[in-house]
Parts: sequence; structure tokens; C-alpha cells
Amino acid sequence: MAHFEKATSIHDWLNQRLAVDAVNRVMMTEYWIPKNINFLWAMGMVLVITFAMLLVSGIFLLMYYQPNIDTAFYSVNYTIMREVDFGWLWRHVHGVAASVVFLIIYIHMFTGIYYGSYKKGREMIWISGMLLFVAFSAEAFSGYMLPWGQMSYWAGMVITNLFAGGSLHADGLVEWIRGDYVPAQAFLTRFFMLHVLLIPLAIMGLIGLHFAALRIPHVNNQDGEEIDFDVEAKKYLDGDKAGAKVMRFANDFMSKDMMVVGFYLVFFFYLVFYHYGFAMDPVNFDPADGLKTPAHIYPEWYFLWSYEILRPFPFDVGLIAFAFAQVIFMLLPFLDKSPNSVPANRRGPFAIWFWVMLVNLVVLTAMGKLPPEGIFNVIGFISAVLFIVQWLALPFITKLEKKV
Amino acid sequence: MKNKEPLILAVVVFFTLVTYYLVEPYAHHVMHKHVESENFEYKDLATFNGNGNAVNGKELAMSNCTACHSINVENMPAPMDAVTSAATYGVNPPDLSNAGVLFDAKYLAAFIADPAKAANVSHKFNDTKMHPMPSYNWMQPSEIADIVAYLQSIAVKAEELTPAMAFENSCGRCHAMGYEKWTQIGTKPSFKHKKDELAFDIKVLEYEDSIKAYMGKLPPDLSMYIRSRNEHFISTLVENPQNHLAGTAMPRTGVSAETMEKVIEHMKDAGDTKRHEREEVGMKVMIYIIIFAIFALLWKKQVWRDLH
Amino acid sequence: MENNSRRGFMGIAFGAVAGIGAVGSLYAMKKSWDPLPSVKAAGFTTLDMTTYNENELVVEKWRGKPIFVLKLTSEMLETIKDKQNDMERLIKIGDSHFMVTLGLCTHLGCIPGYNPADKTFLCACHGGMYDVTGDVTKAPPPRGLDIPPFKIKGNLLVLGEVSDQYKAMKENGITL
Repeated sequence: MAHFEKATSIHDWLNQRLAVDAVNRVMMTEYWIPKNINFLWAMGMVLVITFAMLLVSGIFLLMYYQPNIDTAFYSVNYTIMREVDFGWLWRHVHGVAASVVFLIIYIHMFTGIYYGSYKKGREMIWISGMLLFVAFSAEAFSGYMLPWGQMSYWAGMVITNLFAGGSLHADGLVEWIRGDYVPAQAFLTRFFMLHVLLIPLAIMGLIGLHFAALRIPHVNNQDGEEIDFDVEAKKYLDGDKAGAKVMRFANDFMSKDMMVVGFYLVFFFYLVFYHYGFAMDPVNFDPADGLKTPAHIYPEWYFLWSYEILRPFPFDVGLIAFAFAQVIFMLLPFLDKSPNSVPANRRGPFAIWFWVMLVNLVVLTAMGKLPPEGIFNVIGFISAVLFIVQWLALPFITKLEKKV
Repeated sequence: MKNKEPLILAVVVFFTLVTYYLVEPYAHHVMHKHVESENFEYKDLATFNGNGNAVNGKELAMSNCTACHSINVENMPAPMDAVTSAATYGVNPPDLSNAGVLFDAKYLAAFIADPAKAANVSHKFNDTKMHPMPSYNWMQPSEIADIVAYLQSIAVKAEELTPAMAFENSCGRCHAMGYEKWTQIGTKPSFKHKKDELAFDIKVLEYEDSIKAYMGKLPPDLSMYIRSRNEHFISTLVENPQNHLAGTAMPRTGVSAETMEKVIEHMKDAGDTKRHEREEVGMKVMIYIIIFAIFALLWKKQVWRDLH
Repeated sequence: MENNSRRGFMGIAFGAVAGIGAVGSLYAMKKSWDPLPSVKAAGFTTLDMTTYNENELVVEKWRGKPIFVLKLTSEMLETIKDKQNDMERLIKIGDSHFMVTLGLCTHLGCIPGYNPADKTFLCACHGGMYDVTGDVTKAPPPRGLDIPPFKIKGNLLVLGEVSDQYKAMKENGITL
């Protein structure tokens, strides 16, 4: 057994057993962050706060939700929304947070793409982040099944049908996934299990990996400058706080984080109380009916770009394009062949690639929601093709980049 | 080091708002055609001058209407119970106590004269299939006016008409509203014995069979319709169902604008029950979170004073 | 070396504001845990006392628990008329006297059986016995059958509501 002294205080007692001072130094006060960053760098903390709100609101919904096809809709729209004190609040928070979290994820992702935060030693941060995106997508999809409304049922039907693989006709696989011929009781309870236990565990593990992947490369900065963190940290600790290029995570960075979080929460709660229709689609307030398809079926907004890549092509081609779209972002660090890890605006053609990609994704998102008719069909097709072409062209565009 | 944050914020907000606009207001506009409200003026119906004689109207009502309709306020019961009525006529003839306040007077006159025409369901009823209520166009217009005057005289005052009454009388003979325990044959009581509860449920199912046969399909339960459809849609639908659902069997009910408001209020009580609490709590939370953001800002400023 | 940027008074102020938010959230969480209105409403059972037959035990339900309702015959009343304590256990409605108690043995919670011939309750689990007023006549039960809160409303007995008569029973130690 290691040597222990008589403790001089509670702090000292904990310190001897848990090294709280060392942990505080490593995780908080001497975790060095570059100063040359902007508010986009706070999106990570915004995501943590939003995830926490999803967890807490989820806990209270879980107390009353019933994962049974005959009572699920009632347990949400009657029991939780009408009977439980503040039940309506947890439901609104949960629904709005589930939608807004993807807005923040996309901002966070595109910040990373713009500033090259996936390159040169930061590949694992990018990959673990993309895995988090996949996990959050699965969490959102499984959660959407639970109210067992019309959209829950038909989205469940359509998305599981994709696994038949078009001409492969893997109907057996689809039935195995569902646990039944159609989305029914088995389907609901297994997606309940995924939503409440398995995927949240995976998310928490991936967040740990994401943070761990960040420690050695350190957080990036607005100019992509390679900083000698030891030198700059010493400057700071020697008293030159203004001149050092770095700052402490706690409380320097955290105070700015909290300020951004504060503004975000004003926006967030405004949506929760006054403007939540976008997050709670009207179609899902009809109880599920396997014998009646709604006039318009569409996924939640954050899946629309990907849904639109599936739609304009013949079925098999569309499935291949769809699979491509799910995976391709993951490969960004390896497709980007340029040696530069600076912001996009200093990388010539890549800047054009970036903005075209962003605008195209907005177009794909809009087309994914609109009925597949007339001019919308044409635009959707062109946008889907452009998306694929952009990714195929990326290695060539970046290879030709001059070293900055 | 120029501060680029305002520009960055503008870019983020721009892309967010554009995406929001395209995905929500614009897409919903494309998917759902917009129907203007007529403010329940029933312009297609003949003008109605009113000034009927309620005393004469009562005589006419007693000799013509009570064969099928109850008038509870006059202690005139229905000739048959709801389930038998529905089996006979397709739907249960409504009690007339409050018809005078629920429905537009011009509509009432037109309806008494020719029910299928006023209700815009002539496409469903013709020589081979008759509307369960006969036309009274053989009456003098003054007699119809008398009946309307009588109905208005026995009805409660507009201020006394509750949202629940408006809904139950205007919609409730066809539409259930489970979240308010409303069935087409009345509010479901609590039963001590399971057997009595099941007997009641069977009566409801038998009634629903009759109305399903009469209408073509079962009119949906409206508990959550204020959220699955919006207020404007419901209002314009009730004003004239044919505008949204061409060829539908749902009759134009002839409610007045005030009655429609109360029906909407009842639908909100059912499907958006906690809206008042939401607004109240929302106000408090918004004030709190703005204070939170201000304190966060001030803390940041204090911490960063010597970092710049 | 100074510990961190000095938290300063703004940091503590901000922490306090955040704390207020946390307390508010905890309040909402506590309220969400409360029993639902439908549960609280179901906490009342109304019995129509005109529907019971003499010496016929009927088991009703109140808050999920069995309730014994036994209408006493005049002979049964004769046997206990002199025992003040036993008479105080009964509820008089109109001209009839009723035993109304929880149908759970006060020993360890089993449901005793009623023998109408002997006019006794016997609990099969450990042999405890009660008379027609619910008073315990044979160990091991520590006390007579408990009486639920009640209120008489004409011919109706509402279980779950507290009347002065019930309060008096509690004060006199008739029931817990």
C-alpha cells in the first residue's frame, strides 16, 4: 500500500486519494487552448449542454412513456403532455433539442472542414466526430419511432426497406431487422432499447474518444498556425497573459464558452416555448396506421440532404449513391491531398469547393423536403450529381494546391 | 487581428435562416394549397331576413321536427336512442335545443328547406339515395323563418355557449374525442363493473358501424387534430369541407363564426391543454435565461480583461 | 502563482445565477415525479350502501386494496350491543350497521376469509381471527382490521374522504 499522511483538510484528503489537484491542472487550469479562436470554437460545449438537456428531459419522458404499440401515442400525447406536471416542458425540450443538436453538429463539422481541423494529426478527432454524427443520427431515428405516430411508422417502414438492397431483394434481412413483417411491437421495443440504452452508451464512449483524440494535437486555431504549447504556456505562467498565444481552458476559455452557451440558450428556449413546430411535425400527431400512408412522407430536416441523394436515381443507383454519401465525409482527411492546414480562404480552389459544398447541401436539403415533381426533380438530380462529383474531384483539386 | 466574429455570425445565421425558410414555410406552402376563409358568410345561400314568429315556429317545430329530433330544453325526448337512430338514419338526429345559437341563421333556413344542398352533400344524395332528413321546401319561407326564430328563442345566449357544448353539438355526433372522454353517444361515464363498461363500448362500436356505412368511412377522432392540422385548416375545412376535400361526405355544418371559434378552443383544450401554462412558464424562463446570458457575458469580460 | 484567472466576483455571481436555474429545474423535476391527477382522482371509491345484503361479505376496492363490506343482521347486532368498543367500529347508514374495513390482516397482510355460518373471519396464513366488527379475537394480529377514511353522504359511502366520524375513530384508537 502506498504511503498516506494524516490529512490536513478535506481537500488534502481527496488529493492524497484521487489526485484532484493534478486532475484539475491537467483537465482545467493547465489545459492550454489557443487564443486565436472565434465563437465557433464554443460549439463543442454547446453540444455538451444540448446533449445534457436531451439526457435529463429524456429521463423524465422515460418515467411515463410506454413502449407498447397500443399505448405509446397516448402515453406521449395524453399522459406526458396533459397529465404529468411539466411533462409538456420535457417533451418540448427533448424534441427541440433533438433537432437543434443537428444544427450545431453541422456548424461544428463545417467549422472543422473550413479550418482544416481534420488534418495533420487530427484525423482521429475527425473520425471520432463523424462516428458521433452517425451515432446521433441513429439515436434521432430510433427516438422518432417512439411516439408511434404516422411519421414514426412510415419512416420506420421506408428506412428499413432500404436494407432490402434494391435488386438484392434481401427481404429476409428487412424482416430480421424489424422482428416482424412490418414495423410492429417487436420493432418498437427494440428501437426503444437502442434509443434508451445502447446508443446513448455508444455516444458517451465516443465523446470520451473524441476528447482523448483532442489532447495530443490540441485545439486548432483561426490561422492554422502550429503553436509550441510548452513555450506559450510558460509565457502565460510567467505572468505575460496578454502576450502568450494560449490561455487556460478553465476559466479563460470556459468563460467565453459559457457566454456563447448563454446566448444559445436564449435562442433555444425561445424555440422550446414559442416556435417548436419545425421540431414536432404535424403528421406525427396522427396515430400510426399501417393501412394509410400520409400524402407527404419526409424525414427530419437534418436527414433531408442524404435522403435527396437517394431519390433522383433509379433505385439501385440511388442506394449506392446513398451509401456513398453516408461514408464519404469520414474519408475527408485521406481524400484531401494538400499539405496545407490553413483556413479554406487561403487555400484557393478548396475555398470554392467548400462554399459550393455548403450551398449544395442546403439545396439538397430543400429538395429533399419538396415533392419530387417538375423543376424540383431536375434541381435535386443536378445537386445529387454535383455532390458526388465534388467528392470525387477533391483529391485532384487538393493535390494541385500550392504549399502556403 | 481583425475581429471576424460578426461576419462569421452573419454567415451562420444566413445559412440557417435560408435552410429554415426553404424547409418549413416554403415547402409547406408547396405541399398544402392555401384556402382563404370566407368568414362564415355562406355567400352562396339565399339572404335570410329573419323576423320570424317564434310562437308559430314552436307549433311548426313540434309537428314537423320532433318526429326525429329531441328538444331537451322543452323536455321533448328523442323518439329512439342514439344507437337505434344511427342504425335507422345513418346518423343520430341532433337535439335542437341550441341549434339557434350554434348555427348561422341563413344556413338554418337553407338547411331546413333542402338539407343536402345546404350541407353541400348533394353529390352523395340523389333519387336513389335520399338524405335522411326530408326537404321542407314545400313550406312557406315565412314558416321556415318562424322555425328559425323559435330555435333562436330557446337556445342559450351566445356568452353561455361553452367550447365543449359547441364541439359536442356541432361535431360530436360523428367525431369522437377520446382525450375528453367524448364518444359519439355522449361522454363516457366511469363504470364500477367491467361488464357495464364493455356494454357501453359495444354501443359505441355499433353506432360507429352505422356512421361508417353512412359516411363511407369512420370520421376520425379529433383529440389531437389541432396539432396534426392547424387552426386555419380546420376552420376553413368546417366552413366548407369541399374546399379541402373535394367529394367528401362530410357535411358543411353551417356553424357561425363565433361557434367555430369555440370549437377551435375546445380542440385546443383537448390537444394543446397546457398552452396557458406554457406561455406563463415561457415568459419566466425567457427573463431568467436573458439574465443568465448577461451574467455570463459579464463574467467573460472580467476574466478576459488581462488576456487581450 | 495565482490560481487560475481570479474567479472574481462576476464568476461567483454567474455561478449563483446558474444555481437558481438548477434549483428551478429541480423543482420541475420534483413535480414531474408527483402522482398523476388521474391517480389522485382514483383515490376515492363511492359505495352505494343500499346494494348490500345482510351477512354477505362483499369485497370492494379502494386505492388498490381490498375493502370488506359486511352488513350486520339484527342478531349479530344483539351479540355485540353491549360492547361499546365494538359498536364504535361500525358505521350506521340509515337503519343498517356496516363493518367497513381494509381486507388485510393486520399481522402480515394476507386477506382473511369470512365464514357466514360462524360469523367469524379467519386468516389462513397464521390463524388470526376477527369478529363481525373487525375486532381481533385470536392472535397473532396485533389489532383489529383497519378502517379506511370515509365520509357518509346519504346512502353513499365515499372512501378516501375524511369525515369527523372517521377522525373520532382514529382519536379513540379504534383504528390507526
